[in-house]
Amino acid sequence: MAKNVLVLADVRRGKLRNVTFEMLGAAHRIADGGEVSIAILGHGVEALAEGLGAHGADRVFVVDAPELEHYTPDAHRKAFMECVRAANPDILLFAHSAVGKDLAPVIATRLGAGQVSDVVDIEGTGDSLTFTRPIYAGKAFTKVQVTEGKVVVTVRPNNLTPAEGDLGKAGQVEKLAVSFGPQDLATVVKEIVQKTTSGVDLTEAKIIVSGGRGVKSAEGFKPLYELAAVLGAAVGASRGACDAGYCDYALQIGQTGKVVTPDLYIACGISGAIQHLAGMSNSKVIVAINKDPEAPIFQVADYGIVGDLFEVVPMMTELLKKELA
Amino acid sequence: MNILVCLKQTFDTEERIVVENGRVKEDGVKFIINPYDEYAVEEALRLKEEHGGEVTVVSVGPSRFEEAIRTALAMGADEGILADDPALFGDEYTVAKVLAAIIRQRPYDIILAGNQAIDDGSGQVAVRLAEELGIPHISTLTKLVVEGNQVTGYRDAEGDVEVVQGTLPVVVTAQQGLNDPRYPTLIGIRKASKKPITRVTAADLGLNPDDIRPRTKVVDTFLPKPKQAGKILQGELQDQVRELIQSLRTVDKVIG
Ligand SMILES: Cc1cc2nc3c(=O)[nH]c(=O)nc-3n(C[C@H](O)[C@H](O)[C@H](O)COP(=O)(O)OP(=O)(O)OC[C@H]3O[C@@H](n4cnc5c(N)ncnc54)[C@H](O)[C@@H]3O)c2cc1C
Repeated sequence: MAKNVLVLADVRRGKLRNVTFEMLGAAHRIADGGEVSIAILGHGVEALAEGLGAHGADRVFVVDAPELEHYTPDAHRKAFMECVRAANPDILLFAHSAVGKDLAPVIATRLGAGQVSDVVDIEGTGDSLTFTRPIYAGKAFTKVQVTEGKVVVTVRPNNLTPAEGDLGKAGQVEKLAVSFGPQDLATVVKEIVQKTTSGVDLTEAKIIVSGGRGVKSAEGFKPLYELAAVLGAAVGASRGACDAGYCDYALQIGQTGKVVTPDLYIACGISGAIQHLAGMSNSKVIVAINKDPEAPIFQVADYGIVGDLFEVVPMMTELLKKELA
Repeated sequence: MNILVCLKQTFDTEERIVVENGRVKEDGVKFIINPYDEYAVEEALRLKEEHGGEVTVVSVGPSRFEEAIRTALAMGADEGILADDPALFGDEYTVAKVLAAIIRQRPYDIILAGNQAIDDGSGQVAVRLAEELGIPHISTLTKLVVEGNQVTGYRDAEGDVEVVQGTLPVVVTAQQGLNDPRYPTLIGIRKASKKPITRVTAADLGLNPDDIRPRTKVVDTFLPKPKQAGKILQGELQDQVRELIQSLRTVDKVIG
């Protein structure tokens, strides 16, 4: 049966992230002829509403207000619930990102709905949807169904496929006016310190160059950043490297860090502890560079080079510079 | 200050997962406090040390959870509440409602929890709890400051730090980096055995099974396909690098 689907656009630094198009593609597939809507919340975000019909949106709701400049749960809840009223969705899709992860359970609770988090695959359409999601940070997976009521889902970036070509939907833009009272502003963002300097976001990156304790110092990450620049990659790290203070915890990949599934993961000076593997072993192709031929990382690597990362990484950078020029 | 901590027991992070008949096997597994909840316990103890008050640990789960609660008591928490009645188990929807029912029966100023559990990784329960109670929340904190009624949370938002302000009462969730949890001391462990753990049932909470019926069900659990053993490249380092890049470009097609 046809179902209405509402997607929350994932906006970061004034741009729509890829996962937005992945969610629209999925929404189009599962709606089974129902209406696909997208909500864009923020300040100065109206321009993002253009052209979303091609990606599968029948309707595009925009709530543009200074109170939405930074994410706070109460103001975003208020704005998003207006979109829910307008779109009347059966299924709601959020990104499993800093905003989506936080807002989805708020909305699910308001709607008395079940939520399936961090979904990597959706089977079926309309009434009979089965969601696949990792548990134990990817050491295992479960398939989950929602048994009653509305369906709230957070979607892991990089896993669902966006629609191919132009879906030719209306993408009708509708601006919603929302007023915010004191109860909607219970928390406020006073300041934002941007720590991530490289342009590529770890959870969305197609390629990740990752460093461990073998990198030996903060300086030691430099050749990794150079390789990443040539590849258009993001830089990640093991907890070993974070604990040693070589890099920020924001870069940590693993069971207690980020879980990533890029096309290519290059592990440099990482031993491959089970907690690290949990966060990256579902990457499509894994390359390991390690001095120690016995390092467990080689057991999950598609390609291994036994050697000094300070020799191998710059060689890769040089060769790629020539080849990709 | 009345400080509550929501806590769950999880597999040790070292554990390998074994699936039998579509379920994760628990036999012989070593259990720990969910690491994110452990940060929450530590932060609660620091708040108590600074502002005075009581730390109560609240948990919904089977009786084996008692061990995790005892560990928190040994770290310095004052009492525990365990809802180990199977009628109260379910999905995140259920657990949040049960926690809310327990917490509504008590005074609280601040509620701490991990931002997610390392087993289910849903990251829903604490946020749902805040909504159920109708109080604000600030998630994934790497630093927390409470002064009088004012709460300032330093929120990890994918690498950026958002400095968020609110007032008590509030739910906050812990991210890695919030603190370094203490180890229980011998005296702590001895004292913990005398601290109270109250067990509650659906009847104690006045909860009707229909009101907390889970909204989701797990239909299958499975392991990822095992990775094919990879290829260790051989020969001169230069040649290995050449071969690697060649393969990544033409065989795997993961580089431009
Ligand atoms: C509760 C808990 C949660 C955890 N969560 C995580 C997590 O989320 N993510 C995570 O990563 N870890 C996590 N860990 C830590 C994990 O157990 C390991 O300690 C950590 O992953 C090790 O980091 P590493 O591989 O960088 O360091 P090490 O294990 O020290 O390995 C360094 C490697 O570098 C190699 N090396 C050294 N010099 C060079 C060189 N010049 N060239 C090439 N190779 C070199 C060495 O051969 C070695 O294999 C967790 C641990 C616990 C207890």
